[in-house]
Amino acid sequence: MNTNTQDSAKPRTASFAQSSSEIVANNISKSYGAGPFAKQVVSNCSFSIESNKLTVMIGPSGCGKSTLIQLIAGFESPDKGKITMNGKPITGPGKDRLVLFQESALFPWMTTYDNIMYGPRARGEDNSEAAELAEFLLNKVGLEAFRDKYPQQLSGGMQRRAELARAMINKPEVMILDEPFRGLDNMSKELMWEYYAGLYEEDRNTNFFVTTDIDEAIFLADRLLIMTNLPTSTRAVIEIDIPRPRRIDDIGNNARANEIKKEVMTLLHEEAMKSFSGGSKAAADFLDAYSKRAG
Amino acid sequence: MTISKFTDKLFSRAALRGIVAIGIFMVFWEVGARSEEWFGHRFPFIGLVPPPTDVFVSWTGLIADPSYWQSWYMSFLRVFGGFMAAMIVGIPLGLLMAVNRTFYGMAFPSFEVLRPIPPLAWVPASIIFWPTQELSIAFVTFLGAFYTIVINVLGGAKSINKQFLQAAQSMGASQWDIFRRIVLPATLPSIVVGSAVGMGITWEVVVAAEMISGGGSSGGGAGGGLGFFIWSSYVGGSYEQIIVGMISIGIAGYISSELLRQLGGLLTPWLKTR
Repeated sequence: MNTNTQDSAKPRTASFAQSSSEIVANNISKSYGAGPFAKQVVSNCSFSIESNKLTVMIGPSGCGKSTLIQLIAGFESPDKGKITMNGKPITGPGKDRLVLFQESALFPWMTTYDNIMYGPRARGEDNSEAAELAEFLLNKVGLEAFRDKYPQQLSGGMQRRAELARAMINKPEVMILDEPFRGLDNMSKELMWEYYAGLYEEDRNTNFFVTTDIDEAIFLADRLLIMTNLPTSTRAVIEIDIPRPRRIDDIGNNARANEIKKEVMTLLHEEAMKSFSGGSKAAADFLDAYSKRAG
Repeated sequence: MTISKFTDKLFSRAALRGIVAIGIFMVFWEVGARSEEWFGHRFPFIGLVPPPTDVFVSWTGLIADPSYWQSWYMSFLRVFGGFMAAMIVGIPLGLLMAVNRTFYGMAFPSFEVLRPIPPLAWVPASIIFWPTQELSIAFVTFLGAFYTIVINVLGGAKSINKQFLQAAQSMGASQWDIFRRIVLPATLPSIVVGSAVGMGITWEVVVAAEMISGGGSSGGGAGGGLGFFIWSSYVGGSYEQIIVGMISIGIAGYISSELLRQLGGLLTPWLKTR
């Protein structure tokens, strides 16, 4: 556990102390199945999630990013190689690394408030401090009016915000987000980008965000990890030096952003080309989309 | 305000449709049953059935008869007893099979072999096993609901979204907490559905069991249950009473299912919001 969290949490009930945690993956490999049916999903993959940065991982869909999340979160362990958090190997799931899944994992049978309070209650910390923090977070994500509603009564964007609050109440040192805004309509998606970037800019904790959306990646990232096609490894790392706070309106005209976008697309295009000969459907789709865009 | 008015309207219209449909059915039944009397030619099948007016007359005579209500009471008691036993044994068994792989491996094969045996095939064996006829009827009734409840609970608990479990795990929940606050509520809708289906089967089985075993330890007559009521009406040649018994079972089954639906709705309030 991080001792910083305790020290600076004292003065304000709802302060989110900045912790500095980093995760390093070293030469990890993972395959599923056995014998002739074994499929290697991750191969000799190394990358680091640097402390107090928003690291975004991008790669063609179906390239094994979700597997990497399972490994980092500790739900599964790599066949080879090592993943460490602050120098210590990851052995299982923990509240220091919270995952926001692709589809909403809000518990349908709990109201927004009960969902947010799940973590503290599960650990036997159902006290006034946790309740105060829950109120603060409800307010922060703009869901006070929906505290007693069930998840199905919330819109997609609200569900994502409720889920952010449910994760944040546990004061995770690293927040892991697996394509969290997939499936939202474009309007809510862009609102969520700004909203989420704002939350990050407030406390600058270590965040790890996985996506297939290039615009999303460039808008959010401090560091961008570009992954290869299956089996996954790290293809390139790009530092995104666009100043914060970032706004959706500005990013479209930002010359640097467009430059990075071109670079990223070239890299992903190469990856798609490689696996195209391997007959990947995802790669074919990407090539198709890319050719339309470039043409 | 406007919404409640709208639903009121909808409800009354739906209710009206139901009443009209039953009314039309009654008319056809009456005409068919009296076909020989009115047209000199008996319609096939329906011509042998007592007309609804006669059934109604016979029913009004029975309403003041305590032994008729005793039949209701006995059947309800058996259904309730068998059903509760099936819930008490079936829900934990289903959950245990879903949660524990070893136990699943041991219990599921025998369960699957026993499941296809119809509850009524157990009647002779249970008459031999159990000391009283009352217990044999209760046992057969229990079996009617038991398998359905177990299968539904097992299926529900096994199909829980993996991400719910992972989310709870990563927030530091203990195994017990995950079971109590994730697995149990996630399975609740399946438990409700399983119970509703199980309740229907229980009514089917109890009536048949009462017919076969002669209405229980009290030896027939009053206290024999609705199944025995129908059987003794048949033996006594009162065809109107057979129909009264059948309709009574329909109403009793409907009341049970409706109670269960209401209870299920209270237990799973989040499903109403869909």
